Amino acid sequence: MLQSAGSDLGRRRVVVTGMGMVTPLGVGVENVWGRLVAGESGIGRIRSFDPSELAAHVAGEVPEGPTAEGKLTLDEWVAPKDQRKMDRFIHLGLVAATEAVLDSGWMPEAEEDRCATGVMIGSGIGGLQTIYDASITVHEGRAKRLSPFFIPSALTNLVSGHLSIKYGFKGPNHSAVTACATGVHAIGDAARLIMLGDADVMIAGGAEAAVCKLGIAGFCSARALATSFNETPERASRPWDKDRDGFVMGEGAGIVVLEEYEHAKARGAKIYGEIIGYGMSGDAHHITAPAEGHEGAFRAMKAALKSGGVTPGEIGYVNAHGTSTMADDLELEAVERLFGDDASKVAMSSTKSAIGHLLGAAGAVETMFSLLAIRDQVAPPTLNLDNPSRESAIDRVAHESQARKVNVALSNSFGFGGTNASILVRGV
Amino acid sequence: MSEIADKVKKIVVEHLGVEESKVTPEASFIDDLGADSLDTVELVMAFEEAFNVEIPEDAAEKIATVKDAIDYIEKQKAA
Repeated sequence: MLQSAGSDLGRRRVVVTGMGMVTPLGVGVENVWGRLVAGESGIGRIRSFDPSELAAHVAGEVPEGPTAEGKLTLDEWVAPKDQRKMDRFIHLGLVAATEAVLDSGWMPEAEEDRCATGVMIGSGIGGLQTIYDASITVHEGRAKRLSPFFIPSALTNLVSGHLSIKYGFKGPNHSAVTACATGVHAIGDAARLIMLGDADVMIAGGAEAAVCKLGIAGFCSARALATSFNETPERASRPWDKDRDGFVMGEGAGIVVLEEYEHAKARGAKIYGEIIGYGMSGDAHHITAPAEGHEGAFRAMKAALKSGGVTPGEIGYVNAHGTSTMADDLELEAVERLFGDDASKVAMSSTKSAIGHLLGAAGAVETMFSLLAIRDQVAPPTLNLDNPSRESAIDRVAHESQARKVNVALSNSFGFGGTNASILVRGV
Repeated sequence: MSEIADKVKKIVVEHLGVEESKVTPEASFIDDLGADSLDTVELVMAFEEAFNVEIPEDAAEKIATVKDAIDYIEKQKAA
C-alpha cells in the first residue's frame, strides 16, 4: 500500500478516473465545461411549470433536445418503461453516472472486482415532484391507487440503487444527504472508503431535480431565491455583486469515478486528478444562516488543507459555494482569513453564476470544474459580477475566464442545517 | 378477441414496454414479459382503474398470465 504524498488522510491514494455531468448548460462534461469557460449561462425562465404565481420565475433547467447538440434525450439513457418508476432526480443521476462509468472504462465482469466497486450518490431533497404527485392521489381519496413505485421513486439513495443494478456494482451501496453540501460529502466520504480499504472503486456524486412548483415555492417562502431579475434571467445569479438578491435554483447531476491510485495505474486508466484533502464542520448556529465570519466554512477549509498537507499558497483556484446570497461575503471573509497574505495570488469564482445552484449535485459538479481548471489551467468566470458589494484582494474572475497556473484547487459546499464541506484536488 | 382482452393487452404493452406480439394469452407476466413483483402490483391497479373493478389481494396473487387477467375481469363484468 502506498503512502499518500504529503497527506495524513489515509494509506491509499484516491484519483478520479471518470466524470459525468448533466447541468443547465447541457449534457456531458466537455460540452458543459466548454460552455462554462466561454461564459455562457444556462439560466432562463422556468419552462417545466408556470411560475407566474410565485415570486421567483427563473431557474436553470436541463435543455431538452438532440444528444448531438449536447442536450438531453432521456429515452437514449433510460428505457421509457423504466422512466415512470423513477423521479427526475434519478433520471438525471443515471445520465451522469452512465457518462462517468463509460468515461472511466471500469465495467468489471469478475465477481471480485464487482464487490470492490461501490456507489455513493446522494441528493439534497430526493423525489420532491414524486412526493407532491403522490400526495394529491392520497388527498383525492385514492390511496389504494398509489403506485408501488412511489417509495423507490422518491427515496434519495435510489440513484445508488439503480446504478448498482445496472452495472453489477456490489461494493458499499451508500448515499449522502446533507442539503447543498451533499455532492462534496458524497465524494469525500467515498474517497475515504477507498482509503480505508472498503472499496477500490467508488462511483460518487449527487443528483437533484427540485425545479418544480413545490421546490421553488418552498425556497421562495424561505426568502432564499432571486426575485428581482425575472425579466432578465441570465442576470439573476450574481455572486458577490451588490445587486444580488438570492440564489437561482438549478437541476442536474454530477458523478465521478473514484479509484485507488495503484488500481487505476495498473489498468492504464485516464487520471483527471487526485482527491488529496477533505474537511468537514458544523456551524451549530442557525438552520439556514451561516455563523459570523462563516467560521464554520473556515474550519472546513482548514481541515481540508490539513488533511491534504497543503498550504494556502499552493492553491491556485477556489470554486466557491457563492450562491448569490448575502452569505457570499461571509464566505469571502473566511477565504481571505484562510489565505492571509496569499489572498492576492488565488483565483476564486462561483460557477453558480452560470448554472445556478444544483443543491445536492452542486458540490459534485463543482469538484469536477476544479479538476478541469487544473487540467486546462484556466479559472472559469463569475458571471454578472458587475459591482462587487465589497472589494477584496482575491480575484473573483469577473465575467471572463482567466488563464491561471493551478496545481491544487479547493471546492466549497455549505448546506442548510449548518453543514460545511471542502474538498481539495490536485493534478497527478 | 373480446373488447376486454384487447384492452388488457394494450395495458400490458404500455406498462411493461413489451412487443404486442409477445402478449399472448399464455404469456406469464413475470416469466415471459419481464415483470417484477412491483410491476404486477401496478398492472393489477391499472386493470382496476381501466375496468372499474376491485381485484382483492388474494385474487391478484393468482393472476399470473394475460389469460388469468382477462378471465378474472370478464367474470367480474358478467356478475
